[in-house]
Amino acid sequence: MITLSDVHKAFGANKVLQGIDLTVPKGTSTVVIGGSGTGKSILIKCILGLVEPDAGVITVDGVDVTTQPRDAFLARFGMLFQGGALFDSLPVWQNVAFRLLRGSLKRPKAEAREIAIEKLRRVGLAPDVADRFPAELSGGMQKRVSLARAIAAEPEIIFFDEPTTGLDPIMSGVINDLIREIVAEIGATTITITHDMTSVRAIADQVAMLHAGKIRWAGPIGDLDTTSDPYVRQFVSGSPEGPIETLR
Amino acid sequence: MTRILASIGAAVLSSLAALGRFVLFTLGTVSHLFRPPLYPKELGQSLMQIGYFSLPVVGLTAIFTGGALALQIYAGGARFNAEAVVPQIVAIGMVRELGPVLVGLMIAARVTSSVAAEIATMKVTEQIDALVTLSTHPMKYLTLPRVLAATLVMPVLVGIGDIIGIMGGYLVGTQRLGFNGATYLQNTVDFLEPLDITSSLVKGAVFGFIAALMGCYYGMNSGRGAMGVGRATKNSVVMAAVLILASNFLLTEAFFSA
Repeated sequence: MITLSDVHKAFGANKVLQGIDLTVPKGTSTVVIGGSGTGKSILIKCILGLVEPDAGVITVDGVDVTTQPRDAFLARFGMLFQGGALFDSLPVWQNVAFRLLRGSLKRPKAEAREIAIEKLRRVGLAPDVADRFPAELSGGMQKRVSLARAIAAEPEIIFFDEPTTGLDPIMSGVINDLIREIVAEIGATTITITHDMTSVRAIADQVAMLHAGKIRWAGPIGDLDTTSDPYVRQFVSGSPEGPIETLR
Repeated sequence: MTRILASIGAAVLSSLAALGRFVLFTLGTVSHLFRPPLYPKELGQSLMQIGYFSLPVVGLTAIFTGGALALQIYAGGARFNAEAVVPQIVAIGMVRELGPVLVGLMIAARVTSSVAAEIATMKVTEQIDALVTLSTHPMKYLTLPRVLAATLVMPVLVGIGDIIGIMGGYLVGTQRLGFNGATYLQNTVDFLEPLDITSSLVKGAVFGFIAALMGCYYGMNSGRGAMGVGRATKNSVVMAAVLILASNFLLTEAFFSA
């Protein structure tokens, strides 16, 4: 279980997170929604320690993340970045097996390659993709490779940052289905950041809406369409009219 | 008046903060040398990129500089009947100063810029964050191999540059200025001292360290987007060149001030 208690983060005068309280139960899929620039990505980067919160406590399974040995802590996580964040200089299979080629999870090279090809197959990519470089792949294929990398070491916790951004609706559907299937297979706890409502409905067990630096609303996916919260209603409907200010 | 003093104070504080960040970055890089794991494959790739692939530019720079130096010394020496000192001055000029400095500046242009641009691009595309989430320390994986490789390989490049530069002077001296080949080489060998060569190689190591470190530092601290990458690249080359020239003065002072 992941818990965030009164987490704050500011960049200069820009107060991005202003007291986040959120609980993500073990083995569930939580989707964080919210407008662009509301700090959704900062939220997961705070959990991973990529960004240091100014205040507040973040725990994983009841243990403060700042007190855990860094390598062992990070070995429990997988992450799919918004732009894929694949390493340009490495072939696809070495990207997928990156964690298996070095550090505490190191395996023999042949075994790591075999696992990488298996994970690529799991996300619908043929073995011949393994020896290509990321720049030779389409956006959708890069997302799949990034997904394969996120699950390669079968982590307990996976974060997905805008998994369908920049993809066509069909490819978005494929990625959503893959995420749902794979998470069920592994039994991982996941947090997904998105403002794609199709993804939300496909992936989420529970939804949290981030607005003005705080969790405005949180609840099960089934309550998303029936909530009376005007912010959530406006966001879900995509209406420019409502309490969320829009620039025109 | 208060406003002027406040802005001066802010600039001083900002500069000191930047200096502090740079010192911490440098110490952090060096400290990773003594903390496993090291990445020998990345070190090998950096040695090839910084060393082997820089040989053509180093060779071309050195041979033309050596040749031009011979012509200048001959023309200048002719004013007081000292044309015969061409081999000695070419040798001392190349080995003590021009070899290490020009190779250092060429490496700053070729390596510092590419390292800064590569790492800055990795930063803006979240590849650095991805490294961290994959339990890999970016400084250990990206910075240390490049800085270590540049420090190790630069003395070799400078040594090669020195030899090629002297050969440039030799070619001009023998083909254009009428020097006897054997005498030219004998004068060169007789005149050079071990300290000249030692200082050249030490300068090479220091310049290599500076060149790679500046590329890594500005890459890791780049701003967002294409503008951030461009600014990081430009600043890294400028700072590397300035620091190479400044450290050259200090090293020359340390080695040769009697």
